[in-house]
Amino acid sequence: MKADPQNVLTGAHYLDGNYAIAEGAIAAGCKFFAGYPITPSTEIAERVSRRFPLIGGIFVQMEDELASMAAILGASWGGKKSMSCTSGPGFSLMMENFGLGIMLETPCVLVNVQRGGPSTGLPTLPGQADMMQARWGSHGDYEVIALAPDSPQEGFELTIHAFNLSEKYRMPVLLMTDECVGHMTEKVIIPPPEEIELIERRYTDKKPGEAWPYQENELISPMLPVGEGYKFHITGLTHDYRGYPVINAEAQAENVDRLMAKVKENVDDLTWLEEKDVEDAEVVVVSYGISSRVVQPAIAKAREEGIKVGQIKMVTVWPFPEKRIRELAGKVKALIMVEMNYGQVYLEMDRCAAGRCETYICGHAGGTVHDPGSVYSTIKDAVK
Amino acid sequence: MSVETTKQVSDEHPMEHLLRMDRIPHIWCSTCGLGTTVRALAEALEQLEIDHDKVAVVSGIGCTGRVAGYLKLDSFHTTHGRAVPFAMGLHIARPDMKVIVFSGDGDLVSIGGNHFIHTARRNIDITVICVNNFIYAMTGGQVAPTTPIRARSKTTPYGNYETPFNIPLLAASSGAVYVARWTALHVRRMAMSFAEAISKRGFSLVEVIAPCSTLYARLNKLGTGLSLMKFYHDNSEIRHGADLNDIAIDYQSKIVVGKFLDVEKPTYLDALNHHNAGIFGDKYKPYGGGNGSD
Ligand code: SF4
Repeated sequence: MKADPQNVLTGAHYLDGNYAIAEGAIAAGCKFFAGYPITPSTEIAERVSRRFPLIGGIFVQMEDELASMAAILGASWGGKKSMSCTSGPGFSLMMENFGLGIMLETPCVLVNVQRGGPSTGLPTLPGQADMMQARWGSHGDYEVIALAPDSPQEGFELTIHAFNLSEKYRMPVLLMTDECVGHMTEKVIIPPPEEIELIERRYTDKKPGEAWPYQENELISPMLPVGEGYKFHITGLTHDYRGYPVINAEAQAENVDRLMAKVKENVDDLTWLEEKDVEDAEVVVVSYGISSRVVQPAIAKAREEGIKVGQIKMVTVWPFPEKRIRELAGKVKALIMVEMNYGQVYLEMDRCAAGRCETYICGHAGGTVHDPGSVYSTIKDAVK
Repeated sequence: MSVETTKQVSDEHPMEHLLRMDRIPHIWCSTCGLGTTVRALAEALEQLEIDHDKVAVVSGIGCTGRVAGYLKLDSFHTTHGRAVPFAMGLHIARPDMKVIVFSGDGDLVSIGGNHFIHTARRNIDITVICVNNFIYAMTGGQVAPTTPIRARSKTTPYGNYETPFNIPLLAASSGAVYVARWTALHVRRMAMSFAEAISKRGFSLVEVIAPCSTLYARLNKLGTGLSLMKFYHDNSEIRHGADLNDIAIDYQSKIVVGKFLDVEKPTYLDALNHHNAGIFGDKYKPYGGGNGSD
């Protein structure tokens, strides 16, 4: 399906990342936004609240982030594409109902414009230290999908992609950006609506009485619409295909295995890497989001000096591109992770490298993007 | 903690079409006040002659939170305290449907207290049924923000000394348009209030004072669930329109019941549409028509 022309501001714009994310959501057909103000994400809510009244969307400023996340799940079950945005402290609060969204298998999009943490941390300055929280922040075992835009343009595009993945896999999808991308203003090209491909929600074609919220032996079941006589039940408790609670180890295994398999069995579809000069590289710099732009001058300088450095930008951070990293680990001398934290996604990279090459973390506590000099010296260390 | 009941429910329950018979027997203890309350809701839905396809029930966590699992309606068992905002999202997405939150006192006014007052303030058009049994039952009988002073619980073994919430006063002062209270034995009046609340446009609250036979009654040596249910009923006084400041509940004393508030106020969506029509004129298409899929 193509985007609805009334939702798409086709043309070239100068937008900051937060506004671009809002435009991406609107272009994707988002019609319900519940959020709570928090720096540095608030401009997304502001833009949405300004744009929604004339395109049939509803923006609600909630009493807190617990309620925001709960409300977007309710709206999603009501048939709306829904989203919220936040930053670290609010993300912590949303983890409760993010887990419910995973368990109920509810499509929706949650944006985290990361700032420095822990706690109140650095409200106005960037960080990438919520990446492991994105992966593991809610209790229990589950898999997530998280995307990381490196620019306002990608903020627009990946928000649409996030909505599409949330419908395709019937689960909440995370857009993990940061203060720097959120507040950076660049040219954003919004294509004509007929060039924006949207994945619409799959509803059951079975009649009431024959359909269950999670069809037996189906990895991703079509949803049941509310108000149409299906009279279905869903619960955050461990449940069977009928949506009925079943409190035992077998049901737990079946339920949780399936939630994880949705992502694990589709890692190839979900993995999105942009590679440059990797084929002949002896060192590969891996990064995501804003960090993948900051590393470029350092890589260019090293290449000028004849060091064979390649780059991988992870557009999808979760699920982690395990296969590709394993492959590379057998070929290169070293893998370097550059991220604005002390090595969160690095841990995954190091695990996948499994000792077959050297791994380095070039990280810091956040508050500013990397000094390209620090990336350059890590490259030098790696080839020593 | 709730005790599995093994007793067989009679073959044909009169409300069978509104219950998930494939989930019976339920987990509630016998003589728990929840039974009559669920029955009263089923009766209200019958009285109303509304399309049951267009009714959704949302519950939080707790013994009362299990209600969503037994009603044969689109039903959502959510997280602790968040039934109300989940219901709000559902209602806004599908304003043509009746959305009923059915949950307990701890769920709604303790962990969900902030959502309760703000959803009332916005006058979101949902109905909240709050079963108040003065205790956290599912977790084994701890003190609640509704436990009367002097009552014992597992975490107030020497009696409670915190002032409890007066739930009707809390709802009304936050912005609810319909507020009533009954005990679990006022089955017919309770059903009537449920029907009125569901028909009412705006945030409506019905509090039901119900015995928790297994924990509250036992810990306070108040007899069986049935005798406590009778006690609540017999010690109640119907006072419609009572001053909400006068209806706080003391330990084992008089319970004022009745319809306390029934006023008209624009709902959240009324206010939104009215406001935006004033700002944008003809360019604005009122939100909430049809099935909301526009
Ligand atoms: S509220 Fe009390 S009596 Fe009712 S089911 Fe729970 S534990 Fe049993």
